[in-house]
Amino acid sequence: MTAPKTLYDKIWDAHVAHEAEDGTCLLYIDRHLVHEVTSPQAFEGLRMAHRPVHAPDKTIAVPDHNVPTTLDRANAATMTEDSRIQVEALDKNAKDFGINYYPVSDVRQGIVHIVGPEQGWTLPGMTVVCGDSHTATHGAFGALAHGIGTSEVEHVLATQTLIQRKGKNMKVEITGKLRPGVTAKDITLSVIGATGTAGGTGYVIEYCGEAIRDLSMEGRMTVCNMAIEGGARAGLIAPDEKTFAYCMGRPHAPKGAQWEAAVAYWKTLFTDEGAHFDKVLTLKGEDIAPVVTWGTSPEDVLPITEVVPAPGSFKGGKVEAAQRALDYMGLEAGQKLTDIKIDTVFIGSCTNGRIEDFRAAAAILKGKKIKDGMRAMVVPGSGLVRAQAEEEGLAQIFIDAGFEWRLAGCSMCLAMNPDQLAPGERCAATSNRNFEGRQGRGGRTHLMSPAMAAAAAITGHLTDVREMM
Amino acid sequence: MDKFEKLTGIAAPMPLVNIDTDMIIPKQFLKTIKRSGLGVNLFDEMRYNQDGSEIESFVLNKPAYRNAEIIVAGENFGCGSSREHAPWALLDFGIRCVISTSFADIFFNNCFKNGILPIVMPQEVVDVLMSDANKGANARMTIDLENQTVTTSDGQSFAFEVDAFKKHCLLNGLDDIGLTLEKVASIKTYEADMNAQRPWV
Ligand code: SF4
Repeated sequence: MTAPKTLYDKIWDAHVAHEAEDGTCLLYIDRHLVHEVTSPQAFEGLRMAHRPVHAPDKTIAVPDHNVPTTLDRANAATMTEDSRIQVEALDKNAKDFGINYYPVSDVRQGIVHIVGPEQGWTLPGMTVVCGDSHTATHGAFGALAHGIGTSEVEHVLATQTLIQRKGKNMKVEITGKLRPGVTAKDITLSVIGATGTAGGTGYVIEYCGEAIRDLSMEGRMTVCNMAIEGGARAGLIAPDEKTFAYCMGRPHAPKGAQWEAAVAYWKTLFTDEGAHFDKVLTLKGEDIAPVVTWGTSPEDVLPITEVVPAPGSFKGGKVEAAQRALDYMGLEAGQKLTDIKIDTVFIGSCTNGRIEDFRAAAAILKGKKIKDGMRAMVVPGSGLVRAQAEEEGLAQIFIDAGFEWRLAGCSMCLAMNPDQLAPGERCAATSNRNFEGRQGRGGRTHLMSPAMAAAAAITGHLTDVREMM
Repeated sequence: MDKFEKLTGIAAPMPLVNIDTDMIIPKQFLKTIKRSGLGVNLFDEMRYNQDGSEIESFVLNKPAYRNAEIIVAGENFGCGSSREHAPWALLDFGIRCVISTSFADIFFNNCFKNGILPIVMPQEVVDVLMSDANKGANARMTIDLENQTVTTSDGQSFAFEVDAFKKHCLLNGLDDIGLTLEKVASIKTYEADMNAQRPWV
C-alpha cells in the first residue's frame, strides 16, 4: 500500500515530467495564462532565440491590467502611450505565436483569473500558471495554480514546464457554519489575520472544512485568490459536485465520454485519510465576523465592531510598521472602525468581481442611494459577468443607487490604468491589496467584502453590514 | 541563446575604469517592452550629444570600431544596477565578448545568460590586448572558447579561465530554457502519456 497523500502531493506527482538527482523537478504546466504587463520581454526572448511557443493550445492570453474600464475605451486616446504599447504588443504576440486570445473588443475579455475558469480552461487536477501573483485563484477547482516571473513566463512558453522544488503542505480548516453577513472574503482575510502575511511562506495551503464545502465556486475562488497574501505558494480546495457542476458545459471543458472520464479522475483528487500536513490551522466558522482592514498590509484586519489598534499593542518590528500604517492611513488608535469616513467605493477585481459578489452587493443596495458626493464604481471581472448582471437586473440596481457601471478589467485594484485614487482619498475596496500607493499615490484602502463595501457606500463610513440586513 | 564557440573580430579599447550599467544603458530606456533594439542606446550619454548627434571622439563612433564585437575594458566593468538591459544592449549592438581585469558579479552572470563571454585577465595581459585593440579595424582578435585562449592580431596567445558549466552552456548555446530543452524527450514522453490518460487536458 502506498503512503497516504495530500491533494497537493497527488497533483504534484501527476505533473513531474523529469526529476533531477538533487530533487529539482520539471513540472508540466497544463494551462498558461498570459496578460499584457509581464509577458512582452518573454515573447521577445522567444523571438530572439527563434523558439516557438511549445503548446499554443494550452496558452491563453487576455489584456486586463492596463485597459481602461470606461464605456468609451474603444477610443485609443483613453489609454496612456506605454499602456497602449503593452496591449498592442499582446495583440501582436498572440497572433504571431498562435495562442488563444480574448482582445479588448471581445465580450469574453476580462481579468485573466476570471476568464480562465469562466471559459472552462481551468479544470480540477491541472497545473495553472500566470505571470501574476493572484493565479492562486484557480486553486478553488483543485488545480495547482501559482504566479511566476517574466523569465519563468518565457520558460513556460518555450518548454511548457517550470523548474520547481516541491513546497510543504499546510491545512487550513474552517469548521461549522458561517453566521449571516459573513462571506468568503471574511474567511480569507481572517485566515491572513491569524497567520500573518508570511505565515504561508513555502507552503501550499489546502482549505477544507464544512464552511469551505458550503461555499459556492465563486466564494472558493475568493478564498484561494488571497492565499498569496498569506505568503503561500498556492491555495487548494478539493473538487466536489459543485466544482463539476460549475465546469460542465463551459466552452473548453471536456464533453461526452471525455467528460465522464474526467469526472471519474477528478473524484480521486482529495487528501487521503491520515496524510501528513506540515502545519495546521483551524478556525471556527461561527467565530468569523465581517472584517475590514485598517492598515497597509492584508494582515491588518479586524472585525468591523473593533477599534483601530494602538501600535504599542504589537510586538517587535510590527510596532513601527503599525505606526507607519496609521500615519499613512490618517487614523488614530482607539478610533471606532465604524467611524472611519470614506469617499470612494470600488467593487470588482479578481477577488470579488464575479456574479455572486454583485448579487451580494446589489441585495444591500436595492432601492437605496449612495451617500452624497461618494464616488462609487462597480467593475465586472469579465464581459460575460457584466452581461449576466445586466440580465439579472443587478446593473440597474447599481446605476439607480448612484454607482458607475463599468466595462471589465483590473481597474482600481491597482494604479496602472486611469482608475486611481488621489492622494488622501479613502476607499472601501473589494480587491486584495491595501499596500501604500496600490490604488494610487497616497490613496488609502480598506479591504472588505462586496456587501460591506455596498453598506459603506450608503452610509459614507465603514459599516457593519449586519445592521442593514 | 546563440552559441559561442570561436570569434574573430574587432576589439574596441575602453580603458575607463568602473563603467557602470547606467553608462551602458541609461534608465530612461528601461520602459521598453523589448530586450532587443537597445543597441542604438548602448553607452547613450557617452555616445551622443544632447541634440542626438554623435560624439566623434567616442570609440564606437569611430569608423574603425563601428562593427566591434569585443570590448577590452578597464577594471570593474558592469558595476551598479543589476539591470539585465545592460547585456541586452551590448548584445544588440553586436558585442559578444568583454575582457577586463574584473567585472561586477551580477553583470558577469547576466552576460552568460545572454550569450556574452566575459573574460578576466591579469593587468599585464589586458595591457597587451588594449594596445592591440588600439590598432583599429585591421587588427582582429580571436577568442577560442573551446581552447580557452585569446590571440592578438600578431599571434600572441593568452590562456583564460572559465567555469566549466558556464563554458558548456555557452558552447552549446544553452540558457535555462536551453537546458530544459535538452530534456525535451522527457517532456514529449510525459505529454504522450498524459494524452492517453487525461486527453481532456
Ligand atoms: S484584479 Fe488586481 S489582483 Fe487581480 S489580476 Fe488584476 S491587478 Fe492583479
